[in-house]
Amino acid sequence: MIGETLRARIDAEIARFPVKRGGLLGALHIVQEGQGCVSLAASKELAAIFDVFPVEVIELVRFYNFFHESPRGRHQVYVCTNLPCALRGANVLLKGLEQHLGVGVGETTADGRVHLGREECLGACANAPMIRVGGVYHEDLDLAGACAVLDALE
Amino acid sequence: MKTVRLEIDGRSAEVPEGTRLWDAALSLGIEIPVLCHDPNLTPVGVCRMCAVQVEGERVLTAACVREVAEGMVVRTATDKIERCRDVLTELLLSEQPARSARQATTGDDALLALAAERGVARGRLPAAGSGRGSDDSSPVIAVDHQACILCDRCIRACDDLQHNDVIGRTGKGYTTRIAFDLDQPMGDSSCVSCGECVAACPTGALTNHALGAAVRPVAELASVDSVCPYCGVGCAIRYHADPAENRIVFAEGREGSGNQGRLCVKGRYGFDYVSHPQRLTRPLIRVDYPKRALSPEVESSRRIQGSGKGKGKGKGEGKGKGEGKGKGKGGGRRHIVDYDQVLPAFREASWDEALDVVAERLGAIRQDHGPGALAGFGSAKCSNEEAYLFQKLVRAVFGTNNVDHCTRLCHASSVAALLQMIGSGAVTTTFGDIENSDFALITGTNTTANHPVAATFFKQAAARGAKLLVVDPIRNPIADHAWRFCQIRPGTDVAFYNGMMNVIIAEGLVDTDYVSRFTTDFDAVASTVARYTPRVAAGICGISEDILREVAIEYGKARAAITFWGMGMSQHVHGTDNCRCIISLCLMTGNVGRPGTGLHPLRGQNNVQGASDAGLIPMSYPDYQPVTSNEARAHYEAAWGRPLDPKAGLTTVEITEAAREGQVKGMYILGENPFLSDPNTNLVREALTRLDFLVVQDIFLTETAEFADVILPATSALEKAGTFTNTDRRVQLGHPVLRAPGDARLDWQIICEIATRMGYPMRYDDAAEIFAELVSHSNSYRGLTHENLGEGGKLYPCPDPDRSEGTVVMFGDGFPTENGRARFVAADHKGADELPDDAYPLVLITGRVLEHWHTGQMTRRSYALDAIEPDAFVSLHPADAAAAAIADGDWVRLTSRRGEITLAARIQEGTQPGSVFVPFHFREAGANTLTTDQLDPDGKIPEFKFCAVRLSKSLSSPEA
Repeated sequence: MIGETLRARIDAEIARFPVKRGGLLGALHIVQEGQGCVSLAASKELAAIFDVFPVEVIELVRFYNFFHESPRGRHQVYVCTNLPCALRGANVLLKGLEQHLGVGVGETTADGRVHLGREECLGACANAPMIRVGGVYHEDLDLAGACAVLDALE
Repeated sequence: MKTVRLEIDGRSAEVPEGTRLWDAALSLGIEIPVLCHDPNLTPVGVCRMCAVQVEGERVLTAACVREVAEGMVVRTATDKIERCRDVLTELLLSEQPARSARQATTGDDALLALAAERGVARGRLPAAGSGRGSDDSSPVIAVDHQACILCDRCIRACDDLQHNDVIGRTGKGYTTRIAFDLDQPMGDSSCVSCGECVAACPTGALTNHALGAAVRPVAELASVDSVCPYCGVGCAIRYHADPAENRIVFAEGREGSGNQGRLCVKGRYGFDYVSHPQRLTRPLIRVDYPKRALSPEVESSRRIQGSGKGKGKGKGEGKGKGEGKGKGKGGGRRHIVDYDQVLPAFREASWDEALDVVAERLGAIRQDHGPGALAGFGSAKCSNEEAYLFQKLVRAVFGTNNVDHCTRLCHASSVAALLQMIGSGAVTTTFGDIENSDFALITGTNTTANHPVAATFFKQAAARGAKLLVVDPIRNPIADHAWRFCQIRPGTDVAFYNGMMNVIIAEGLVDTDYVSRFTTDFDAVASTVARYTPRVAAGICGISEDILREVAIEYGKARAAITFWGMGMSQHVHGTDNCRCIISLCLMTGNVGRPGTGLHPLRGQNNVQGASDAGLIPMSYPDYQPVTSNEARAHYEAAWGRPLDPKAGLTTVEITEAAREGQVKGMYILGENPFLSDPNTNLVREALTRLDFLVVQDIFLTETAEFADVILPATSALEKAGTFTNTDRRVQLGHPVLRAPGDARLDWQIICEIATRMGYPMRYDDAAEIFAELVSHSNSYRGLTHENLGEGGKLYPCPDPDRSEGTVVMFGDGFPTENGRARFVAADHKGADELPDDAYPLVLITGRVLEHWHTGQMTRRSYALDAIEPDAFVSLHPADAAAAAIADGDWVRLTSRRGEITLAARIQEGTQPGSVFVPFHFREAGANTLTTDQLDPDGKIPEFKFCAVRLSKSLSSPEA
């Protein structure tokens, strides 16, 4: 269930757009932030709130990498591996983080603390390689720096 | 219109501005290959197969989406283009599964055809995007995601043609695939199985499951153009049949008629009943006397119980805001009659013996008790020719006007109001005319279930911006497309529309010019509706004054408003009054006689319009000539050579009552099943038991046939030639697709045999000759012949059938009344006959569901329809369910003053608190066990849409 608090934030998002459905992408972010994921149940509720068909919500959820349909650990860590980052060692970085955390790409640590994922371009090419932790970018990283960022997470 | 000149492949073309290159090329006879494009769909340009070179441009452009421009020079087939197309074809081919499900079934895989044409073979490129899976959850449609080329055709067919919006895309890159709702299995989604996506798919991604016979390529089959045998929309359909097996293999929609190629689940997947093993193939004569019901479901309604593991997952997984539908898949074939219980009461007989018995017994009753002791029910499922002959038999041979059919149970009150007020009982315009409307009033009709293809045009109108005002006590799916949905209290239609008219008059929105030129008696309505101020009306119908005012004003201001209604309006003791109100509303705003305006009662069965036109009603000869008119009677006495009864005959429910009282003693029932379809089953049972002689002519052993003395095996609509007139007044010719099974005979030939054996020789060479005789008596059908009806039929009146499709909009310059004017008739709110009280606190509304039709004889014997919706159910509001501690899927008992049924509960928000809905198709829980036989005084239609019931949880499963 999308509770009252999230619903109020969604309504505020809707108010920013000339047509209601314009707020749907923002609402998906709000739901994911509030509930840790965008569940199918939430997608269905959003379809009703936005007066769109369920498949229209699922099309959005499935298109963007940053939405997921089940919870993925307390912190989501994504490594960009597109070309500029790859040229500056992103894949090595990713391998290193896998070893450091003891999980593979797309997996969550056993304690539920960190989820590690691969990401498409996040627009930080000038400062490659980089990782995104939640909504925060950490740039110009080497493996040690990246591990330090992860170790600092609760 | 502005035109544009351009050059394509060195030839010059001049086409209207806005034309796409693909169409412009086609106008020169140049066919550019496409995969994603279909002229019925909005072009999207995703497959790039139609890429062409526009001179001066750096890159190729997709011809299907690119608009023409003045002076454009286009080349459609350069070396570079052909190379691109070859590579594209090869890439698409490399992803395809080894075996195309489409090629293996209907044999029309467009991608494989294109590859063959281009000489492109697979094998050089690796298949990168494998593993997208398949989905066999739908009983009718197979999904092979691996064969999907993401052309979006199915998505557009679902969204833009059928407006169901079930299909979308999910994922990215190689994992992209189509998805249903929340990416559920198709069979669990809100998909209504119309099959439009299968029709649109160019590959093996979406294909038909086999329904009794393996689906095979068209080239191996016999293809016959005919008309769908189900609802009044009368879709033009093409059947592909296997002549050796005498089975229909699959069906497709056909262009050229009102449906524009679209079909619904019943039309596309509900044909296999024709080949059901329970088809009657030999005449049967009863040996078991005294007469009694033979199967337990027919014997006693009180004991009758629904069955099946009814945990209907009724939750709205569904698309949109509509209701979910429980889809217990466990149904199977348990609920059709068990022939082992019934057949021992009969013995097989030769046609000669059976027909002699029929003629002799009916003749004896006529002799001993007079013609009034005989009666006949014809059928709206039969052709115009059969309807005409049947009423001729009853009138000229039986000597009575006691002939009626199911129109009495569906739109008799609409026709009564229309005849009284505008002098014509047929629709004033077609359903497709909604494309010219900016406003549509849709009331008392679950259109998406009962006229699904007509509903696609309503939804299309809404998508284009027309305002739909949906008025109904139940929130049906069409309400999801409404501009305003008014959920009135059951039985308060008159108050609602009088309230609307009050506002329209108060706001000065009356079309006074129209009223003064084309109508009389406006003052009568004006003075009546003056009492229905918004406050008064709102108090009765439960819609707020503000909304009532708003919808009335918008209706009054509409440029062109069209009105559709169904049995929610007509099936009341005040059904005629309901219809009078919407006709008055239409007339006072001048919303009739122009494109996009008009009155359209959506007719229920495939030929209910035609059967009435042909005189299958007790008060009129063909073309609505009153039997009480000396002139009309003289005409038919001369034509038919027999003295005719000058009194109007009894109507359907009156005939049943007369049979119960012993006044009607002999009956001929053709293709009707009053045991399940008529109100108050316990009275119907008494009536049928009491008849001295009953002959039933049908394709299956119906519940009614259990009371028959003789049963005659008839032919289905798909086994004979004949015309059917749809809700639009469109007369269409159906062609035989299959041979009738065993000794079954053509219905019209059986009628002729009975007439001849009763001393009235009736001989025709074929149906065309009968049609010619009908037409000779009908001004409306004048000029029509089997030959000139053409592929899409003709809309009567059709003064020039060779050059015109007929008349779409009628009454632009007056009405077929004595003074040429329509007449306003006022109506007051009276309310239903049996209001809820403490003992029976809920209102029962009966009706139909998408997958079934009439008493289920055909649909429950169609594999797919039965699999999708196998069980009887009652839908009720969560609040009423909670009050009675009932959970979704629980067994509940519904009791009225007349009977009781047990069936599964389906909890649905769309049902109004205080009312419940039960479909009447299901013999194991016959809704009409509960209904009242009270009639509307003018239309003589029973009040199927309102009686008082109580609901309780059933402690034991009916199977226990």
